[in-house]
Amino acid sequence: MIQIRGLQKRFGSQPVLRGVDVEIATGEIMVIIGRSGGGKSVLLKHLIGLLRPDAGTVTVDGTEITRLRGAALDRVRERYGVVFQGGALFDSMSVADNVAFPLRERSRLGAAEIRGRVQEKLDQVGLSDMGHKNPAEISGGMRKRVAIARALVTEPEIVFFDEPTTGLDPILVNTIHHLIVDLHRKFRFTAVMVSHEIPEIFEIADRVGMLHDGVIVEVGPPEAIRASANPIVQQFIRGDVETTAAGPPSERGRRA
Amino acid sequence: MFPAPVPESWPLSLRPIAAMGRVCLDVVSALGRFGTFFGQAVGFIVVPPFKLGRLLDRIHFIGFRSLSIVLLTGAFTGMVLGLQVYLTLVRFGSEAYLGPAVALALIRELGPVLCAVFVTGLAGSALTAEIGIMKITEQIDALQVMALNPVRYLVVPAIVAGVITFPLLTSIFDVIGILGGYLVGVELLGLSPGTYYGEMRTFVTWDDLMTGYWKALSFGIIVPWVCTYKGFYCGHGAEGVARATTQAVVLTSVLILVWDYFLGSVLP
Repeated sequence: MIQIRGLQKRFGSQPVLRGVDVEIATGEIMVIIGRSGGGKSVLLKHLIGLLRPDAGTVTVDGTEITRLRGAALDRVRERYGVVFQGGALFDSMSVADNVAFPLRERSRLGAAEIRGRVQEKLDQVGLSDMGHKNPAEISGGMRKRVAIARALVTEPEIVFFDEPTTGLDPILVNTIHHLIVDLHRKFRFTAVMVSHEIPEIFEIADRVGMLHDGVIVEVGPPEAIRASANPIVQQFIRGDVETTAAGPPSERGRRA
Repeated sequence: MFPAPVPESWPLSLRPIAAMGRVCLDVVSALGRFGTFFGQAVGFIVVPPFKLGRLLDRIHFIGFRSLSIVLLTGAFTGMVLGLQVYLTLVRFGSEAYLGPAVALALIRELGPVLCAVFVTGLAGSALTAEIGIMKITEQIDALQVMALNPVRYLVVPAIVAGVITFPLLTSIFDVIGILGGYLVGVELLGLSPGTYYGEMRTFVTWDDLMTGYWKALSFGIIVPWVCTYKGFYCGHGAEGVARATTQAVVLTSVLILVWDYFLGSVLP
């Protein structure tokens, strides 16, 4: 279980997280939704230990990771797989080398076994014959799938997805979501996903948390979020135009 | 990087002082980060596991890829030296000393310095750009979450490769430069080969060779250190990488000259 308690972070004078409280149960798919620039990726970076909070704690199965450094933090990270927003594939390596990289660096497996594991993961993400290609030679959707294969090749207990479908067309969005669900069913990892793919994520999430203005304003199963009475949640789900003191943009246009 | 703006609530008369204070704090903080970065890299050099594959790759990246530019510039530096020193010495009837003059200038000063500056322009800038792009595309974050220390993985092999390749590249630069001086002094201007090499053996001492070696060795640390540091702490986007690359080349070149003067005044 991942427990986040009172997490606060500011960059200069700009507060980004104002006290995030949420728990993520072992084996569930938790999706954090919220507006762009709302701090979702910052929250995720705290969970994977890339940022340190100004206040608050992140506890992973009883280990408080916010104060850990060096080898102690690495021991926690060895249980992680992370799919970055842009894939973060190493562009100096082939697709197969990218997937093999964590195994070569962190495990004691032999070359033949690593090759087998890499091919198995590439098969699972539908890229069986793409191993020899360079990341620059494949499409955006394929790069996301390679990133998923690399994140899962070490068979992690917890997988973090940072907007894994951003910039993809609706068909690819659904393809990636189904792939994540299939792999989750198979390997039963805990998944923490940051996304603003509404309504698609309601189909795959066990629970959804809405991050707004640096705090989690609502958390619950997808149907509860859909039925939420919170106007902020409803505005985000419906994609309503934000109104200001000057009125909605359409009206402002008419007045002008 | 620009310092944070002074709050508007401060009295007008105090704002310039506050701004200066912030600049000073930023400079001290950057120097601390620069030193800590190097200290961390040095720590990893002596602590296993050692990344032999990465080291060989960096030796190829810094050393082999710089070889052609070192050969070309070394030859022309020696030729220019040969010509200009000959034209000067001939006024005093001392053209017999062309060999040692060219050799000493190359071995003690020009070889290590020019070689380091050219390798900075070629491999150092590429190091900064490569690491900078890795940073802005989250590849360095990816290394960290794979429980791999990016300093150990990216910086240590570059520094060790610099320590290995810079003295070798400098030696090649010196030899090619001396041959360039020979080409001009002996083949074009008519000096005898025996005079060119014979006087060189008389005047060039072991201390001169070691001075050049220590300089090359220290530049082999400075160049990868500064260039990888600038890549690690580059700004956002393509502009951030471009600025970091320019800063890396300029700062490294300045440091090479400053350190060269310091070593030149300390070493025999």
